[in-house]
Amino acid sequence: MNKVWLIIQREFLTRVKKKSFLIATIVVPLVIPAIIGGLIYIMLKEAESAKPDTIMVVDESGQFNLDSTKNTKRFIFVPLQLSVDQAKKAYNETKDFALLYVPKFNINKPEGLTIYTQENPSIEKVADLESILADRVRDLKLQEFKIDKEILKNLKTNINLKQINLTKSGEEKSSNSGILYGLGFTLGIMIYIFVLVYGIQIMQGVIDEKTSKVVEVIVSSVKPFQLMLGKIVGIAAVGVLQFLIWIILITFLSSGVLGYFGLKMPQKQAMEQVQKKMQQNEDMKQAMDQQNGKVNEILSNLGEIPFMKIAFVFVFYFIGGYLLYGALFAAVGSAVESMQESQQFQFPITMPLLIGYLGLFMFILRDPHGPVSFWLSIIPFTSPVAMVGRIAFDVPTWQLILSMALLVGGFIFTTWVAGRIYRVGILMTGTKINWKVMAKWFMMRE
Amino acid sequence: MEALVAKEVTKQYAEHTALDKVSITIPQQTIFGLLGPNGAGKTTLIRIINQIINSDSGEITIFGEKLKSSHVEMIGYLPEERGLYKKMKVGDQLLYLAQLKGLSRHDALARIKIWLEKFEIKDWWHKKVEDLSKGMAQKVQFISTVLHEPKLIILDEPFSGFDPVNAELITEKILELKANGSTIIFSTHRMETVESLCDHIALINKSKKILEGPKKQVKDQFRTNTFLVEHRGNHFTLPSDKYELKKQTVIEDGLFSSSIQANEGIKGNQLIRDLIDITEVYSFQEKLPSMADIFISLVKAEGDDQLKKHLQEG
Repeated sequence: MNKVWLIIQREFLTRVKKKSFLIATIVVPLVIPAIIGGLIYIMLKEAESAKPDTIMVVDESGQFNLDSTKNTKRFIFVPLQLSVDQAKKAYNETKDFALLYVPKFNINKPEGLTIYTQENPSIEKVADLESILADRVRDLKLQEFKIDKEILKNLKTNINLKQINLTKSGEEKSSNSGILYGLGFTLGIMIYIFVLVYGIQIMQGVIDEKTSKVVEVIVSSVKPFQLMLGKIVGIAAVGVLQFLIWIILITFLSSGVLGYFGLKMPQKQAMEQVQKKMQQNEDMKQAMDQQNGKVNEILSNLGEIPFMKIAFVFVFYFIGGYLLYGALFAAVGSAVESMQESQQFQFPITMPLLIGYLGLFMFILRDPHGPVSFWLSIIPFTSPVAMVGRIAFDVPTWQLILSMALLVGGFIFTTWVAGRIYRVGILMTGTKINWKVMAKWFMMRE
Repeated sequence: MEALVAKEVTKQYAEHTALDKVSITIPQQTIFGLLGPNGAGKTTLIRIINQIINSDSGEITIFGEKLKSSHVEMIGYLPEERGLYKKMKVGDQLLYLAQLKGLSRHDALARIKIWLEKFEIKDWWHKKVEDLSKGMAQKVQFISTVLHEPKLIILDEPFSGFDPVNAELITEKILELKANGSTIIFSTHRMETVESLCDHIALINKSKKILEGPKKQVKDQFRTNTFLVEHRGNHFTLPSDKYELKKQTVIEDGLFSSSIQANEGIKGNQLIRDLIDITEVYSFQEKLPSMADIFISLVKAEGDDQLKKHLQEG
């Protein structure tokens, strides 16, 4: 046991002392807030400086009345009294965004509306313009059906479903799938990345020991299994340390960056903007009230999420998943003689992880309690990503316990399998490796 | 007490037998030469002694005790394929390897200092192994093998990679270790090393031990009763019922060297007597077989036997 501890220490210290560790540990937290800050900065700048695009309008139908009164924040409409061909020439001499041509059309089946542009317009702008035009057509239809706009406005109601989970004991818990989605998504991806990145580090370490031949000296002092275990645990410690530093630094720096732009919390930014708009536009007041209600609801929902439980589950699956896959990576590393050679084995062993990751998007976040989600979060190979993604959606306790027990069983199993391959593999050089050979090693007597 | 006794050790792999009932006895405080051609099974035996792999059957006792995991701390092993952690500093590396062999940090540090001084490489402590030359790295590895003062030292081709000066230095240290009570197993192809250093030898060929014993005894066993004589004038004939002239070469004008094999039962003195009458003898000595001769003749003979057997069966 003492020797395993020595190995853990060495694996940990040699990695932590490396310059690349220092750089990665410090740069990543610097870069992420810098990117966030940069994006916010650009967005703010753009919002300030964004000028509306000018669109020339040739309206042959005479129905659209797209004049300056219809200007929006994005578009300025300039009606022209020209024919299309004349207008095209005129447009080409300007730097305006587009020329809109509205032919005579059937209001029930508007066809032939065309925009001419000098550059490819963004889909977003076209979509914006289309919705303005669609609104105009709708207005025209309303006029034709003799329906007053005001009446229509009154007809429109905004519904926002309040979500409450009714537990068996009759307790009510309000929930918000948006937050849960975000939480599940983030945690699931973190586990996926962690397992992959550090799994590959284990493999690299094993390959290095094998190719530098130092392994024969080491296994004359300790059992191969001890060496494998020490390496896996030592690298896990590096990963955990790096993650902790990242989380602390990112939290500090991000809040620093946000603070610089006068926004303490993203929600507050939203609130402030909404308030500004409210002053400008009385019509939006109603919407605003709802918005306010929504913010309060989100905040209260945040309070309802069992963070302690999630944190515990996250750490458990984080470590469990890493151990399960780490052993497999070690086995592959012991069999091959270069990273290149390892690639053919990497994909098959990480495939279940990838399935868990895809399942997270396709099933778990959409239907957290469906049968596929259930199985993905129970099977040990997919559960580290799947269960962590699912946990925010209130998983029944028996399922959680079953999944955890299976994960523990799973990593004991993979470690055992990997250990048997590893003990033979590290001493084998110059063998052509395939799955059959590894199976043979696995079967070999001690 | 014997340093190591192996009894009928067998190791079978899927396609071939690596060791077939090999038994050897290594007396304490000797240098034991483990000889054999490539692929004979030497490395397998060494790995079994080091408990890197297990034997299928047979028993190994080390200083009277059945081999168990704590014995790894008694053994120092220098594998043929040398290897150290490339990115680790010399000092850290030695410290780590010594601690793995059960030395306390404190003791390890003290001994590393002593050994680095012995090899006059004290200033290497902070050098990374990847910055060392091959020979330098070998020195570090040798130190790591003996740092924990093992009672049994296993050296697989210890001189490969050393220049003559350093080979001499290592030889000196090996003899020093023996004088201090260690038993040393040498696995090598270099017969001159065996000739000069080994007290005992065992020859393994095709997974079987075919020869074992003190070097002197082995050599006696292979005596051919051949004598090397330097003499002036070669116009003589020896009685052909007693002697056979194997080879005669000219050393210089009129001076010859003859290799004469005497029939069984005829001693050197008899030959001298017979020669004195017919030629002028300058020197006389018995031609003892070199280890290389023995090695080659045995391994070849086995090969011939195998070939014959194969041909007969075919």
